[in-house]
Amino acid sequence: MKYVDEFRDPTKAKFLLKEIQALVKSIEVTKTRPLYIMEVCGGHTHAIFRYGVETMLPDEIELVHGPGCPVCVLPMGRVDDCVALAETPGVIFTTFGDAMRVPGSKKSLLQARAEGCDVRMVYSPLDSLALAKENPDKQVVFFALGFETTMPSTALTILQAEREGVENFTVFCNHITIIPTIKAILDSPELSLDGFLGPGHVSMVIGDSSYDFIADHYNRPLVITGFEPLDVLQGIWMVLKQIAEGRSEIENQYNRVVPSGGNPAALEAIAKVYELREFFEWRGLGSIDHSGIRIREPYAKFDAEQQFSVPALKIADPKSCQCGEVLKGVIKPWDCKVFGTECTPETPLGALMVSSEGACAAYYQFGDLEKIHDAKQKHEETV
Amino acid sequence: MSQAELMPKGGARKRSGMVEVPAITLAHGGGGKAMHDLINDVFVGAFDNDALAPLEDQARFSLADLAAEGDRLAFTTDSFVVNPLEFPGGDIGTLAVCGTVNDLAVGGAKPLYLTCSVIIEEGLQLSTLRRLIGSMADTAKQAGVKIVTGDTKVVERGACDKLFINTAGIGVIRTGCDLGADKAQPGDAILVNGVLGDHGATILTARGDMAVKTPIESDCAPLNDIIDSLLTAIPRTRFLRDATRGGLATVLNEIAQASQVGVEIEEDKTPIRTEVKGFCEILGLDPLYLANEGTMVCVVPAEDAADALACMRQHPLGKEASIVGRITDHRPGRVVMETVFGGRRIVDMLVGEQLPRIC
Ligand code: SF4
Repeated sequence: MKYVDEFRDPTKAKFLLKEIQALVKSIEVTKTRPLYIMEVCGGHTHAIFRYGVETMLPDEIELVHGPGCPVCVLPMGRVDDCVALAETPGVIFTTFGDAMRVPGSKKSLLQARAEGCDVRMVYSPLDSLALAKENPDKQVVFFALGFETTMPSTALTILQAEREGVENFTVFCNHITIIPTIKAILDSPELSLDGFLGPGHVSMVIGDSSYDFIADHYNRPLVITGFEPLDVLQGIWMVLKQIAEGRSEIENQYNRVVPSGGNPAALEAIAKVYELREFFEWRGLGSIDHSGIRIREPYAKFDAEQQFSVPALKIADPKSCQCGEVLKGVIKPWDCKVFGTECTPETPLGALMVSSEGACAAYYQFGDLEKIHDAKQKHEETV
Repeated sequence: MSQAELMPKGGARKRSGMVEVPAITLAHGGGGKAMHDLINDVFVGAFDNDALAPLEDQARFSLADLAAEGDRLAFTTDSFVVNPLEFPGGDIGTLAVCGTVNDLAVGGAKPLYLTCSVIIEEGLQLSTLRRLIGSMADTAKQAGVKIVTGDTKVVERGACDKLFINTAGIGVIRTGCDLGADKAQPGDAILVNGVLGDHGATILTARGDMAVKTPIESDCAPLNDIIDSLLTAIPRTRFLRDATRGGLATVLNEIAQASQVGVEIEEDKTPIRTEVKGFCEILGLDPLYLANEGTMVCVVPAEDAADALACMRQHPLGKEASIVGRITDHRPGRVVMETVFGGRRIVDMLVGEQLPRIC
């Protein structure tokens, strides 16, 4: 904890906040509108709320909580596929805990379990593989979810299953990649962002060069940032400094962890096991080209989509749900018509209300509701 | 089992029927000799006390004796289904006694008598049952309460998980003491007697489904003695509650709601072991919501805060006591925490979490 405490030091925070304030003053546009900085990763969203970072920032900075929570962007049809797999006789369906409560069109995995399906929470794909070995008469399906951060561990587990000749283990692959998604957000006409905090853990795997197009083509600064509150403040400060100096570059705040070239061993495992899908459906964002990955043909026997029949239907989000606009930062969570009324963490309509990394749940649980209330009123007055 | 069932017919304690089978079977709940032997051997032997002596279907108490302790009765019940049955720092037996004793004590009552009803899944090892009932007896002795009546049921395999225990308890509330979640007033101080989250972290680790090992032990302990000292030293205490399921965060929200006041705490004043912090960090849990079984929240008027703290710290269960925050008139109904980082955030009621069986 000693190592970690260093990154939560309130004195250092005060110092950085002063610097941030000074920088904000020097940026001309803040006189007419706030600066919009998107944190791409759910881990950042969590840290921002957990430590109250937003409450410390000057009003001229608005954080936009991006699509970087894999649970939150899972479309309903995919949840239905999970339920269908879990309902298949002889299947033990294994998943990370977060995903249990995500609503499908009819039910969540948690409800499926209550109805008698064998759904189990695991902490890594290796737990799931171990379960397969302990239960040779069952089919164990692992619900693989997440960005480049979790891709390597799933890939390595598949490779291990192959080496060990495990016959009753498959992966329902829902891994997604971050780059096409950032691109889709930048291309979205409704939105103007001034800069990005880049995802630290993803970058650990893919390195920093993959982001170059953001600086080169879109002229936006991106700073790869760590997950401690001081990291986040420093990331914001670095973005502001670029804006103030008229630069747009890819910088690395998290160089204690993120090597420039990424992690070659992890990248190799990813390349070996997966290939890009033509497109993948995201909740709220719609279909994004080349944003999902699937398991390559030589490993087809570990691919649940090929070994079982999954309905694979496209299910539209409920009408009242405005997750997409929140994900893109077009509206704030409390602007959603059902925020806190029909949609609460107890009865989530959208996935953003499920995971603690989801913007809606974070606001609902940690956010300063008074501030939300004020903002709501201000919003209503201007409309 | 009624009292008659707890004791063999004829009054004299027959120790002849020692149970020697390795595991409990349905016959041990059937009402016949096997059941009598089990009750005599395992329960009566362990809970041995004079209130058990009269052999009736109910325990009987003298009103005059009860009235000597205070002017109102407190009555409570709780069921215990923890999994695993035994864990570092305690077991289902210690929990079953502490839980009910603490529920009485935080109401300002002196806990006196407990019941013990068990539901056993066939196949439970007799040696395990003996150990668990033994630890109930030990904890009752430590807390100064008597287990005076009970019941035993055995169900077929799969109908319950190894062993469930229900305890009910009666205590007498000291005269003039009127504690309540609705009694908090702006300016009051909020204290805890010890570290937060040990029990929750212990059970989550002991269940073995978190891939982490920790040296953490449950804080499970009867709080009646420290509460007795506190209420004697600070008669104006406004509110006490043991921070069990839902942890400190839940109790604070209950205060904020019931008293319609604001609650403010400071993260760096909340006593949490480094190991528990690390454990929570790895698993993405918030220690403010982790269960405790020997940690309570206490609200006293501001001018009593220092004395209350000193009083707690003198007690073995209050060594880590701390003033964690205050009651305000700002934002009634809300709990706000100043984080270690200097920011502020709302601490809300926990929602939708899948809590495993922790007590
Ligand atoms: S409040 Fe619910 S429905 Fe609205 S955007 Fe948030 S998660 Fe989606």
